Amino acid sequence: MAITEQDVQASEDAPSVNYLNNGYGLKSWLLTKDHKRIAVLYIISISIFFALGGLFASLVRFELMTPEGDLMSSDTYNKVFSMHGIIMVFFFLVPSIPATIGNFLVPIMVGAKDLAFPRINLLSWYVYVVAGILGTIAVVGGGVDTGWTFYTPYSSTYSNSNVILAAMAAFMAGFSSILTGLNFVVTIHTMRAPGMTWFRLPLFVWSHYATSLIMLLGTPVIAITLVLLMLERGFGFGFFDPNLGGDPVLFQHLFWFYSHPAVYIMILPSMGVMSEMVASVARKRVFGYEFVAFSSVAIAILGFLVWGHHMFVSSQSTYAGMVFSIITFLVAVPSAIKTFNWTATLYKGSIVYDTSMFYVYGYLGLFLVGGLTGLFLSSMGLDIHLHDTYFVVAHFHYIMVGGQVMGYLGGMHFWWPKITGKMFPDIWGRVSALLVFLGFNLTFFPQFILGYMGMPRRYHVYPDEFQVLNVASSLGASILALGYLVPGAYLTWSIFKGPKAPDNPWGAKGLEWETTSPPPTFNFEETPVVTEEAYQYGPIEEH
Amino acid sequence: MQTDFPLFPDQASSFALQVDALYFGILALCVFFALLVVILVVIFAIKYQRKSDDEVPRQIAGHLGLEIFWTAIPAVLALGVFVWATVLYFHLITPPPNAMEMYVVGKQWMWKLQHPEGKKEINELHVPLGESVRLTMTSEDVLHSFYIPAFRVKKDVVPGRYTDLWFKATQVGSYHLFCAEFCGTEHSRMIGTVHVLEPQDYEAWLTGGTANEPMEVAGERLFEQYACHTCHKMDGTGRGPSLAGLFGKTVALEGGGTALVDEAYIRESLLNPSAKVMAGYKPIMPTFKGQISEEGIIQLIAYIKSLKVPELTNME
Repeated sequence: MAITEQDVQASEDAPSVNYLNNGYGLKSWLLTKDHKRIAVLYIISISIFFALGGLFASLVRFELMTPEGDLMSSDTYNKVFSMHGIIMVFFFLVPSIPATIGNFLVPIMVGAKDLAFPRINLLSWYVYVVAGILGTIAVVGGGVDTGWTFYTPYSSTYSNSNVILAAMAAFMAGFSSILTGLNFVVTIHTMRAPGMTWFRLPLFVWSHYATSLIMLLGTPVIAITLVLLMLERGFGFGFFDPNLGGDPVLFQHLFWFYSHPAVYIMILPSMGVMSEMVASVARKRVFGYEFVAFSSVAIAILGFLVWGHHMFVSSQSTYAGMVFSIITFLVAVPSAIKTFNWTATLYKGSIVYDTSMFYVYGYLGLFLVGGLTGLFLSSMGLDIHLHDTYFVVAHFHYIMVGGQVMGYLGGMHFWWPKITGKMFPDIWGRVSALLVFLGFNLTFFPQFILGYMGMPRRYHVYPDEFQVLNVASSLGASILALGYLVPGAYLTWSIFKGPKAPDNPWGAKGLEWETTSPPPTFNFEETPVVTEEAYQYGPIEEH
Repeated sequence: MQTDFPLFPDQASSFALQVDALYFGILALCVFFALLVVILVVIFAIKYQRKSDDEVPRQIAGHLGLEIFWTAIPAVLALGVFVWATVLYFHLITPPPNAMEMYVVGKQWMWKLQHPEGKKEINELHVPLGESVRLTMTSEDVLHSFYIPAFRVKKDVVPGRYTDLWFKATQVGSYHLFCAEFCGTEHSRMIGTVHVLEPQDYEAWLTGGTANEPMEVAGERLFEQYACHTCHKMDGTGRGPSLAGLFGKTVALEGGGTALVDEAYIRESLLNPSAKVMAGYKPIMPTFKGQISEEGIIQLIAYIKSLKVPELTNME
């Protein structure tokens, strides 16, 4: 990654006022309307929750090293895995890429000064923080033990933990995500720079557009579902508990109507990150741009029609199950389209072996496994055996952690110079990508085997014959934890001691690389005029 | 049961081989596509490594033929797997008509099982080798899920309704029974053992130990205890319909429509009698909700099932 003299010159000539040094002090941050500063606020807050969720995950893996329940009581264990899930899903994965990298980049990528509603953007962060505080109170005040799925009637009637508080926290976090989605949709529709047509938008923006649609259309449903749950638990309204005349399976329908699309909130943004990084790593236009763009929209739409695949053994109608199964198989198609197009982008590219490349390759490997194992679970005849086992746990971690967290970390490295104006040591970036990839596989691959052998999820104690694979998984988790701690260390170091970043360290295409590192408060000295397609590294050949 | 470090579950039911065949079929498909992509990207990384900092490769926009190709192939393969898996699913959920009946009640945190002959078990289930067994299941409290990995069967056990599953054990031995749906504090201890016995051993087990009242006899006792027989007279002269030979029939309902008299219908009629009243009768039956346990309801069902078309005309 040689930095040419010209680059250095350019960044030294850049205006000295950027979004970071334009005002100091707590007030200038807490009352900011700058989407980039709000992105930084989000990075700090989701990192805290990631650490907390990771701590709970470590406790789970420690406990599962032995078949007996010897580290903590069953009640404690149930609370620990529940809080791991609730924190990771609602407070890390859903906001992870959109609220941080997306918040920072969407306006810059479309050539705008800010998001359409800067105050609403700040409001979304405050709503998130209040939700986070509520969640923390629920944890500190004794925890919650329902799993992140809050299944009734256990959650509404039988559980003796802080269900209402935790549900309230998830409910509020949902509003923060609705506000972010609203802001993105309006910005992408109305604030594109002159010449920035829909088909010149970077694929990162397309994937965030699709994500925002899910946030806007799906999140209100989980909000109302959690309200129904709180009413039943607090006031005995009979929605879900059969003793009160309710239907427990109804809750599952409502819950998954949001929470399955939400899985795509937790993967689509990382697909957008990958499209940007693949193009830069190969220095080549993304192969089949339109197909990659529309596959995001297809995933968002199909994602709304597959919720019943979580319920093949729940006693839902058999024929409904068939419809959910076939549509789930169809989701495989847009995912395959993306994977093949990324592969084809590398063909005859100019591939650089840097941190970004390591993350792209790691992501491809993990996403392949995560996506393909979805085929097992969409098969009704096989899901009977696999449902609620560790096979499912492994599958969704490959998607959410192997996919979204890999994408988040990769993206944070790729745009780190832009966000902070500093370079990180590339060798350490490659080491961290390798650690995450190896640690992740060692943690979660054994869980596929455990699942097929029949180990149910959410088990505090388990039969002896499952121990060897559980120990392997716990060992992997410690490598994975290292893989997350190392970047935390050298990225923090780079903020203070890292060399100054040039405007375009990777020689990549895109409006964000045309402005300074870090960008000025209003992103561009003058509104850019777009005259070419995305990723136009050279003259484009049609086939 | 197995070695200390098994990597694959026992295959102890007639489903196991079929489910495993589907598993390996999909696995082969996945390995093929994963290797295809991995080999390609590794070759590309080696072959097209950046030579110099200012290198700019040829920009290829795309290729419509290729896009159609790699859209169509996964779509066709996915639909093929869908058909395979769905045909198997229908086999897995459709018990043969002559299956032995057994009953399961889940509660925090134990499995209560009962055989028609009356034998009751807790967290253990004895079944004969080579016989189709159908379980009718319900829960007293929260959701549970009845799971026997070695048989490849699982079904949620839902309060307020009946679910069922069936299997045919093909290998003598003892196998895990798990609760697969999170149900609270001792969820991971809501486990048990399924014992597959040779048919003669099963008969011996069934008749051994303390004498148990057969379920239909227990049901008959409840039928009299709750005074059901005062209205549901066997000769059809009572205020309620005669129940003899009724099970499995489709009956006309008051206000139109029909209903199949199955386990769920009888349960509903006990707990919410006015929901589906048989044509020609008045909605005068009181609810027995909260008065009869789930097990009692199941015994009543077993009794009603046993009532054949009457030769018993002289009951009064």
